[in-house]
Amino acid sequence: MQAQEEINTTTPVAGTVLAETAVKGKGMSVRNLNAYYGNYLAVKDVNMDMEPNKVTALIGPSGCGKSTLIRTLNRMHEVTPGSPRVEGEVSIDGQNIYAAGIDPVRVRRLIGMVFQKPNPFPTMSISENVLAGIKLNGGRIGRKEGLEIVEQSLRQAALWDEVKDRLSRSGASLSGGQQQRLCIARTIAVQPEIVLMDEPCSALDPIATLKIENLIEELKSQYTIVIVTHNMQQASRVSDYTAFMLATDGPGHLIEFGPTSRIFTKPTEKRTEDYITGRFG
Amino acid sequence: MESQNTLRRTNALEVTGKNSAIERARFATRRVVNLIMAGLVGLAALLAVGLLLVILYYVVQRGFESFFVRADGTTGPFNFNFFTATPSEGGIGPAILGTLIVVGLGALIAIPIGVLAGVYLSEYGRGRFAFAVRFIADMLTGLPSIIVGVFVATLLVRNTFGHYSGLAGGIALAIIMAPIIARTVEEVLKLVPNALREASLALGVPQWKTIVKVVLPSAISGIITGVVLSIARAAGETAPLLLTILGIENYNGNNFIGRLNPMVPVGSLPTTIYTNAGYPPNEVFRISSAWGASLILITIILIFSLLARWATRGKKVR
Repeated sequence: MQAQEEINTTTPVAGTVLAETAVKGKGMSVRNLNAYYGNYLAVKDVNMDMEPNKVTALIGPSGCGKSTLIRTLNRMHEVTPGSPRVEGEVSIDGQNIYAAGIDPVRVRRLIGMVFQKPNPFPTMSISENVLAGIKLNGGRIGRKEGLEIVEQSLRQAALWDEVKDRLSRSGASLSGGQQQRLCIARTIAVQPEIVLMDEPCSALDPIATLKIENLIEELKSQYTIVIVTHNMQQASRVSDYTAFMLATDGPGHLIEFGPTSRIFTKPTEKRTEDYITGRFG
Repeated sequence: MESQNTLRRTNALEVTGKNSAIERARFATRRVVNLIMAGLVGLAALLAVGLLLVILYYVVQRGFESFFVRADGTTGPFNFNFFTATPSEGGIGPAILGTLIVVGLGALIAIPIGVLAGVYLSEYGRGRFAFAVRFIADMLTGLPSIIVGVFVATLLVRNTFGHYSGLAGGIALAIIMAPIIARTVEEVLKLVPNALREASLALGVPQWKTIVKVVLPSAISGIITGVVLSIARAAGETAPLLLTILGIENYNGNNFIGRLNPMVPVGSLPTTIYTNAGYPPNEVFRISSAWGASLILITIILIFSLLARWATRGKKVR
């Protein structure tokens, strides 16, 4: 019931960013989840638990449904084109986000998302981008308070030192890696419990990738993180738990899920071993 | 090493061997054909642009001359009355004001309907209803404007109002403008990357706010271009206005507010051009004022386009 409260009442109130710097992330559990596009079953019968303040990686070859799965976790699946539909449960602290009467808009405020391609708002400056989630949701914040949130979020996203002298420049003027960290700053500025990342480094060079990976390590003290990646080295570097998915025999489904250290050393499934040793995929 | 490589490449391109004469002849033919084709394409481009320039030059020259002609056909110093006075005093003021009233009313009606319909088609439009709306908008865009005129004349001028009026003209122009605006707005909104909508939705922003605060601002310059194009198209329409506003030559009343009354017959530039160009050549003022009206019409459209460019400078979708 407490989670019900959270979902219904949590709004990004600006002041709390500064008050509670040590926000604890929340865990998440997925039960019997099926995701469809029209009549086409893309992801079948997924069951897994994401531990709070841990990084869970979803790996698997292209088209195995990992992006579809991560988008069901904050109800972004339903805004994808192609008559999308979800069956099953996704719960935060026991509250199903697909229960009747739950507003998807509120769910997305609690569970933020970073996308594959950096997508800062091109009509907004760097600081406006960081504050976009608060401003677009109708939050009224003073100038000083706004600046503090901008600084705090950009520091958390390890971008502050690079952009502090040009906060009023367009977000589009930054490099790809900086843009992606700006998007992360924008996501954490609204104080979510969980941060989803859909291949956040696949459009970036190795140095920018390293920065984002270090950042993920920093962020997990405050947020629960789920990351989709098709880079197995990345999964082994940043994640605590790994889920391996495949869609070779029908719809995408979970092959194996467990602590990353075990998945990459002693996988129980032959197919997992084949994939992580590079024998296919 | 490098110079050697270059040498070998040049050698490879050189035509040698027993068929070299035939090869060289083919090369020469290709060059000639290429030149002829390039010349033809260039000529066609020149013809298209040249014709436009000739028309523009002619209108500007004859139009400017008309600014010196008096009501009795004599020529004198620059006639400032041309822009404000009635024809009997040597001007086409009522026509200019009438065009501003009618086009203004049309834009006032068509812009909200067109923009909202475009937003619907781009952001919500799925299924049969959207297909029907899109199809009908395309049909309306291609509809001959005189049919719009007959429709409005029958429905409003004959049956509802019982008389000609500026409002009836404005509604006729709105029917022409709204589908153009709707389709352009739909197209430019579809150019806004989906990633921006997703970014906003993932921040927990409701869809309507995403559209108003993220999608529309990103596409604002395209939207304004569409609106200006539709205004330019409507400002030059003649047939529907002949059937709806009557095209009177005098002002309605003596004060400015009274002259703006949309519920009475008004004049307009296209109908003025139509009427005055039909006078015999010895009616010097009538003929020259048709040219003057043409130049003013073109200038009004040009000013609109420039204002729109200026208003949206530097705002572009990445």
